Amino acid sequence: MPAVQATTPIIRKTALYNTHRQMGAKMVEFNGWEMPVEYPSVGGIIAEHNAVRTGVGIFDVSHMGDIRVAGSGALAAVQHISMNDASRLAIGQAQYSALLYPQGTFVDDVIVHRLGQDEYLLVINAGTREKDFSWVRDHTRDFDCEVENLSDDFTQIAIQGPKAVDLLQKLTVADLSAVRFYWVTRGGVCGLKNILIARTGYTGEDGFEIYIPSDEDTSAMVWNQLLQAGREFGVIPCGLGARNTLRLEAKLALYGHEISDTINVWEASLDRFCKMEKQEFIGRDALEKAKSGGVRRTLVGLEMIERGIARDGYRVLDEAEAEIGYLTSGSYAPFLKKNIGLAYVPPGFSNVGTVINVEIRNQPVKAKVVPTPFYKRPKKV
Amino acid sequence: MPYPTDFKYTKEHEWIKADGKNATVGITNYAQESLGDIVFVELPKTGSEIVAGKTFGSVESVKAVSDLYAPASGVVTEVNSELATAPEKINKDAHSAWLIKITLKNPAELNSLLSAQDYEKFVSEEAGK
Repeated sequence: MPAVQATTPIIRKTALYNTHRQMGAKMVEFNGWEMPVEYPSVGGIIAEHNAVRTGVGIFDVSHMGDIRVAGSGALAAVQHISMNDASRLAIGQAQYSALLYPQGTFVDDVIVHRLGQDEYLLVINAGTREKDFSWVRDHTRDFDCEVENLSDDFTQIAIQGPKAVDLLQKLTVADLSAVRFYWVTRGGVCGLKNILIARTGYTGEDGFEIYIPSDEDTSAMVWNQLLQAGREFGVIPCGLGARNTLRLEAKLALYGHEISDTINVWEASLDRFCKMEKQEFIGRDALEKAKSGGVRRTLVGLEMIERGIARDGYRVLDEAEAEIGYLTSGSYAPFLKKNIGLAYVPPGFSNVGTVINVEIRNQPVKAKVVPTPFYKRPKKV
Repeated sequence: MPYPTDFKYTKEHEWIKADGKNATVGITNYAQESLGDIVFVELPKTGSEIVAGKTFGSVESVKAVSDLYAPASGVVTEVNSELATAPEKINKDAHSAWLIKITLKNPAELNSLLSAQDYEKFVSEEAGK
């Protein structure tokens, strides 16, 4: 036994852990959680990805965190700590937003749901749960509201894909056709009362995220009923592998990759979710200054021209092979069947069609800047 | 899937099948299972030399990049060009979807590799870790 023992990090498990194991999921550690990366026996990443693009897939996303902000000062508090304009939210509406540091960089990105007159639910990332909760609590002390960490109260299941609405409608009394994208409702699901149903997701498809009690039996019951009821639509369980490739095709940011505590809102091209015209919020002053100074790097979409797969962290080189930036995410895109990536490069290299190199195992491999998102779901007729 | 007894195996999960001085090289079923959906294979050119224990290419799944290690030294005589457009053939049958064919420099090198039985034991221990 070694003289100094390394402390074993605590790896957390969701209530569906045993269910995933029984289904033969390949498990990986992700941000302190042991999560399914894929289900080789029923799908595998490519099949899971394409099920969501063409039919429906379900994901255990219980590792996501949830913060409830409620009280007469809740709106003012949420406005202070987030960059989007929460005053525009009707009851039952949700918006993509972010918590910022005073320098205009990211604490995390969040979905803000307005659940009631003075009640908001912030859904946050797994890896930043504790940091986010402390941040929200510490920066809302001057407001008349209570802040609760509800992260362990819910098993969160995402039902995603063009057939998601047909699948979930079989199991709920709520009229899902009345729920627009980025709106929420409450209703019975699988015999459970008053379940929060949000028409949100992280795949670039239509879909829902439901928040059910986090005990193991209830979680497994709902999961299994979704698989059962979804058979006619070809539903399969999907892991974090497909979740990542789906969000990449749709150019949805991942914390620690496209956004982080060193990247600001303008660089990440999330301008449309940042409402400078609203009242003061944390990060606003720095962003105001940064805007007049212009950005020194910007996020672009890349598609490989030559053979090779760009990966997270790979260097981006100009045509003379000088380093100009780096990949934040890169992968084979299973639906588009192309090798794509997102990268930070100086604005001079951001025009669509610009040819650059990605350094793959010490070799420059040609890629070009392409319009994003790489994938946009077809509009419903 | 059984591991053919006329193959030899490396601890890096390549297989090699020799017939005199001529040999065929691939990756094992265990390797393709651990990798998941294979989407890219990078192989040396015909005529290039590979050295036992050194990398000669790579194989990539959606999630991971994995180096290929030469089970023996030799000169590449043929490359499985099908894999450039259909790398998923390795997932379907890793023991028939070969990567390269080589002329062995020293066929005796294969004696130090694992037999099917030893390899199977090795991967069952790996899987149990």
